[in-house]
Amino acid sequence: MGNRDADDIVDILAALALFADLSRPQLQAVAHTFEEEWFTEGQRILRQGFTGSNFYVILDGEAAVRIDGQTRATLARGDFFGEVSVLLGEPPTADVVALRPLRCIALAGAETEAFLTSYPRVMYRMLQAQARRLRNANLWRS
Amino acid sequence: MAQLSARPFPPGRYPIVVVGSGPGGLQLSYYLQRLGLEHATISTDPGPGGMFRRYPLFQRLNTWSKPYAMAERGTRPYEWYDWNSLVADDPELRSLVSQSMDGISYFPSRAEMEKGLVAFAEGAGIQVRYGCRWESTRREDDGLTLITPDGEYRCTAAVFAVGMAEPWKPPIPGMEDVPHYVDTKPAKAYAGKHVFLIGKRNSGFEIADALLPWARQIVLGSPRPPVLTVLTGGGVRAKYLVPYEDHVLGGGVFVLEAAIERVDRTREGWRVATAETAGGAREFVMDEVIACTGFTMPLGDLPDIGVATFQQGRLPRMSPFWESTSVPGIYFAGTITQGAFGLRKHGGSGNSAAVGGFRHNARVLAEHLAKKFGMVLPRPTLRPADVILYLLSEATRAPEMLNQKAYLARVVSFDSSRGIIDEGILPLASFVDESGPDGVAISVETDEHGHHHPAVYLRREGHVGEHALPPNALLNFEGAQYQEQLAGLLSGLL
Repeated sequence: MGNRDADDIVDILAALALFADLSRPQLQAVAHTFEEEWFTEGQRILRQGFTGSNFYVILDGEAAVRIDGQTRATLARGDFFGEVSVLLGEPPTADVVALRPLRCIALAGAETEAFLTSYPRVMYRMLQAQARRLRNANLWRS
Repeated sequence: MAQLSARPFPPGRYPIVVVGSGPGGLQLSYYLQRLGLEHATISTDPGPGGMFRRYPLFQRLNTWSKPYAMAERGTRPYEWYDWNSLVADDPELRSLVSQSMDGISYFPSRAEMEKGLVAFAEGAGIQVRYGCRWESTRREDDGLTLITPDGEYRCTAAVFAVGMAEPWKPPIPGMEDVPHYVDTKPAKAYAGKHVFLIGKRNSGFEIADALLPWARQIVLGSPRPPVLTVLTGGGVRAKYLVPYEDHVLGGGVFVLEAAIERVDRTREGWRVATAETAGGAREFVMDEVIACTGFTMPLGDLPDIGVATFQQGRLPRMSPFWESTSVPGIYFAGTITQGAFGLRKHGGSGNSAAVGGFRHNARVLAEHLAKKFGMVLPRPTLRPADVILYLLSEATRAPEMLNQKAYLARVVSFDSSRGIIDEGILPLASFVDESGPDGVAISVETDEHGHHHPAVYLRREGHVGEHALPPNALLNFEGAQYQEQLAGLLSGLL
């Protein structure tokens, strides 16, 4: 069966806040809809200014958000990125770079709207996460 | 035919060992031979062809080879219209699959595909040690050893072009008893039967299409909706869409979004327990079940010696030049190169799963290996006045870029001492993410609206910027508008 490195993606997704409201069959659908991707340390996943980026959720590993080479944030398991570019239809304003081997699931930008409207609870969880990011950014500024 | 009677490449030491004699192995061996790079090619099979010696199950491919196309057969631009023939510098080795077709369909039959591959191997004089099974692998201080029943092959680099030919099933209770796609019986054996197909990719729809005149009911079940090439550019090919139309019209084919919970063998047939993604459970009592769940690479012991994999162990993790990210010196060719995604622009990752895409990867890999072995490959220079039209001509008709959109690119570098150098076709990801001199790469891409357009990547002083050029309805990117825009981008470099 070739499952030597297979920890079940569905089990990982079930433990992530973003997908916490989904049933097991829905989690399976998510696992089949997104593509699993691996990145080596130092590899770029999002490229500042490049069109055609995707929506990513981190399953394992760590990544840095960098603008013009300056690290602005780090991301880890359960975090997602690329959504701003996808939602606004604009190139990313930052690079996202793997800080160590990074395992993600990815969804093409063009498929993201249909996915989110099919799974409104995921959209709501995403809004909550965005609200937290906004709050934290405001706290930092004040 | 070069078969078991001729046994080249006895065990011993070679700079490179290629494993496999399908289209991936043959294509790589051809370019290694062209470059004069010593290598041994070994294969378990008794002759060339790889998976096309047996598959597709219903004997016709789903990728086109157009005998009459918008480019002349036998030319480089024609390769875009013939996705199944291997590519070659020698004109007599080009378009061999389309030459063997009988005009019934522009999708070649399996036999026509195999005939084209055999003709390529013979015409190019590709030597393979057939009937020589790679059994295990050892890492050495100075390379690798491949163990076969014939003896040991020591090498600095090993390239595995062993296909995605091993049937794969997901770990669902009861799945071990379910026949796989490869075990499907002749279509008429399903006459009057209720058939459940697990999986909604090409293999599932291929079987559904073949069973339409025979089966009483066909259910295709898997958690996600089918992805159709006609809508998204990738997924189930139009050739297999008749069962989907039957589903839409309610004719006895049912396409369900449901997770398969378990499958049980009964005295009369099968019980398939499903849980629909929209909620609710359903149990199907069926005469036949077939797992159309895909294939995996026959990795052998590569994970045991450190080759990292992903997608449930089905693919190795690899660099833009298809080298294992964890074991240097181990490379991959053929359909396995789909494991290198490139930039993944708009979710796409080239067409490396199919012959049409990976045949171009093979040439890039051969040249990459040549450089690794210290060969200096002469590159042509360009006159400044020719650069613009050259790049736009490539975007309009280079098969490498049309087959491998946003994945392979034509690269030109600007060097104050050497001049303007045509660096050839390279992985776009390597140009974008690796350092190098000032240069430009051009690729063809498909945007979120499905429009094809050129994209220009400009590297100046180490920084790479992307510039998307507009689409053209007739895919002609050579007009004045394109010339002006590209000239503006290259201002100061020419």
